[in-house]
Amino acid sequence: MIGDTPALSPAPVPAPSARPAYALEGHGLVKTFGSFRAVDGIDIAVPAGTIYGVLGPNGAGKTTLLRTLLGIIDPDEGTRTLLGEAQPLRMARQVGYLPEERGLYPSMKAFEAIAFMGALRGLPLKEGRVRARAMLEDYGMGGSIDKPIRQLSKGMAQTVQLFGTIIHEPRLIVLDEPFSGLDAINQEKLEALIREQARQGVTILFSTHVIAHADRLCERIAIVAGGRIRFEGTPGEARDQLRSQVRLRTRVSDGAWRRALPADTVAEDGAWLFALPDEGIEPLLRALLDGQAGIESLSIERPGLHDAFVAIAGAAAAQQMQAEPTSEEAA
Amino acid sequence: MRELLRAALVIARRDFTAVVLSRTFILFLLGPLLPILIGFAFGGLGDRISSTDLRPVVGIALSARDSGALERAHDRLTQRMGDQALPRLRRVASSPSPRVQLARPDSEVVAILSGTLVRPVLTGKAEDLDKLQGDVSLLSTAALAERTLQFVTVERQEVATSLGAQAQARLLIGRVAQVVMFFLTILLAGMILSNLVEEKTNKIIEILAAAVPIDAIFLGKLMAMLAMSFVGIAFWGGAAFAIFLALHDGSGALPTPAVGWPLFLTLAVLYFAMAYTLLGSLFLGIGAQAATVREVQTLNMPITMGQMLIFFFASYAVDHMGSAAELAACIFPFSSPFAMIARAAQDGAIWPHLVALVWQGAFVALIIRVGVLLFRRHVMQSGGRWWKRLFRPATG
Repeated sequence: MIGDTPALSPAPVPAPSARPAYALEGHGLVKTFGSFRAVDGIDIAVPAGTIYGVLGPNGAGKTTLLRTLLGIIDPDEGTRTLLGEAQPLRMARQVGYLPEERGLYPSMKAFEAIAFMGALRGLPLKEGRVRARAMLEDYGMGGSIDKPIRQLSKGMAQTVQLFGTIIHEPRLIVLDEPFSGLDAINQEKLEALIREQARQGVTILFSTHVIAHADRLCERIAIVAGGRIRFEGTPGEARDQLRSQVRLRTRVSDGAWRRALPADTVAEDGAWLFALPDEGIEPLLRALLDGQAGIESLSIERPGLHDAFVAIAGAAAAQQMQAEPTSEEAA
Repeated sequence: MRELLRAALVIARRDFTAVVLSRTFILFLLGPLLPILIGFAFGGLGDRISSTDLRPVVGIALSARDSGALERAHDRLTQRMGDQALPRLRRVASSPSPRVQLARPDSEVVAILSGTLVRPVLTGKAEDLDKLQGDVSLLSTAALAERTLQFVTVERQEVATSLGAQAQARLLIGRVAQVVMFFLTILLAGMILSNLVEEKTNKIIEILAAAVPIDAIFLGKLMAMLAMSFVGIAFWGGAAFAIFLALHDGSGALPTPAVGWPLFLTLAVLYFAMAYTLLGSLFLGIGAQAATVREVQTLNMPITMGQMLIFFFASYAVDHMGSAAELAACIFPFSSPFAMIARAAQDGAIWPHLVALVWQGAFVALIIRVGVLLFRRHVMQSGGRWWKRLFRPATG
């Protein structure tokens, strides 16, 4: 659950019947494509039973990281464990995966497609068909049960694939950009489904570049940029990476009290904006009162996760561009 | 291994039903029957053509007595040598110049016999004379000896079997089995080449690769296509057998292959399966590297040529039983099924087939494994040097 700087505490070796503390772990993962390091020495640990978000701008390495953790591709360096197993595919029955690039057989009927995906993960086909019909009925897609995928809308096909991801009741669900391509209503439904699965004790790991979903859903997040984890922690801890913003309005526009304002203060719409000083707001308030500034209004705004993400990912991208000016060409 | 087979069966079942339950499969089944129907139609035409008497006609411009003697000799010899053995004879008017007579537009003879029986003169084109000279000499000699020529009676001594004839018949069975197996393989195995393109273009490969080992995907696809081939073969074989029963008049028994018909047919099925999976696994491995249908089509030609080479190699071997070439054809995995089915027709030993089947099976596994590793390396962009992972368990 840590980025690339602090060391991971060693994960306990699970007894065969015991559930590991971490559903997914990766240590020192490196994956290169040609000369491009898509994953560049990542350490990650996803606690079991949590909703965990991997956030990052496009091309940050999120998909490669997920594919590496799931065993779809092997890392060039590093180790990984999935539900305590070093060979990820051995735990395939316990895992559901929705890839970023959606894929279904166009001629398959909706319920067959769901049952087939379950069968791939060990669910008997007969049982899968029964569950698939029930899922589609419950979701209000009863009319599409026997329709071939090619006749479904993109959103419906995506729902079918999502059901195929969870039909076998996995312990770990990995969703790569699950909200992309969904309308607002279906995005909300998907969020509800993720919460429902988490309530049942399922670990959810999803990647996104839309911060709002992560902000609403995730207990922990990792911000990835340039193939490295730039931040790992709770969304609150991410917000704490940025100092709160102070918005101050004074009745008097100038005076000796202005010398007390922090150096990063800017004027905007008749207000003074600056980051909350390390020593707190009280010394400044005292100076303003002594200087007769006439405080009209004062608000302290805590930064959102989006601000934290932009700051962390943006700074990381800028840092990377300075350090590796040719990496973008290689990508 | 159990999990690998389970996953392979899931893939196989999906592929098999997707193909067999599609409308195009009916066309696939009926396709090969079309040439058979055309063959029957042209066969009937051929029969009519072959029933037309195409023997050369020799004009007889001899005296009436010589002509009569020649015709009687022709009849006697035809009784013993068969209808088609000698040229037909037709009396023509005597002419001082047979050359002129042959040049006339209404001339229906290819050569004219003039002179006498003692000193016959045959006029015609050089190549016709080359063919007819011996026959005319025989006929003239028989006509001259009309009264004294007595045919010797040949005593018949019948045997149930002749080793020479049996060897010939078994060679024929071996050749036929090879050709049938080859055509079935070339017709059916080529389809595997494009088998993974659907998964790649529909992005399903990601879902499959995340859930099951790629070995299982390859194996499942091979199993599905093999099962589909057996459906086709059962249909075509059934149709061919029905036609055979309808047309067979009961005369003449089929020669028996060296291992007997039941075992021969069993081996034929097994060797077809091996030939199919050997080539199929190779095709699957090659086709999996192709990104588009166009690339697959481009690969088709060199692969077909390769198949032809293998077939020619095996065909050469069938005529040289026990030679180094035949042994090589039996050992080389891709020609082995074809060479071994020919061997089953001619040699009754069973153990070489058990060895060959194990050998071929091992190569199927090896080719699948190499194909999988190359697929992981070049398509999934995963893994390092593929040969280092060749014998690791197929878990991911």
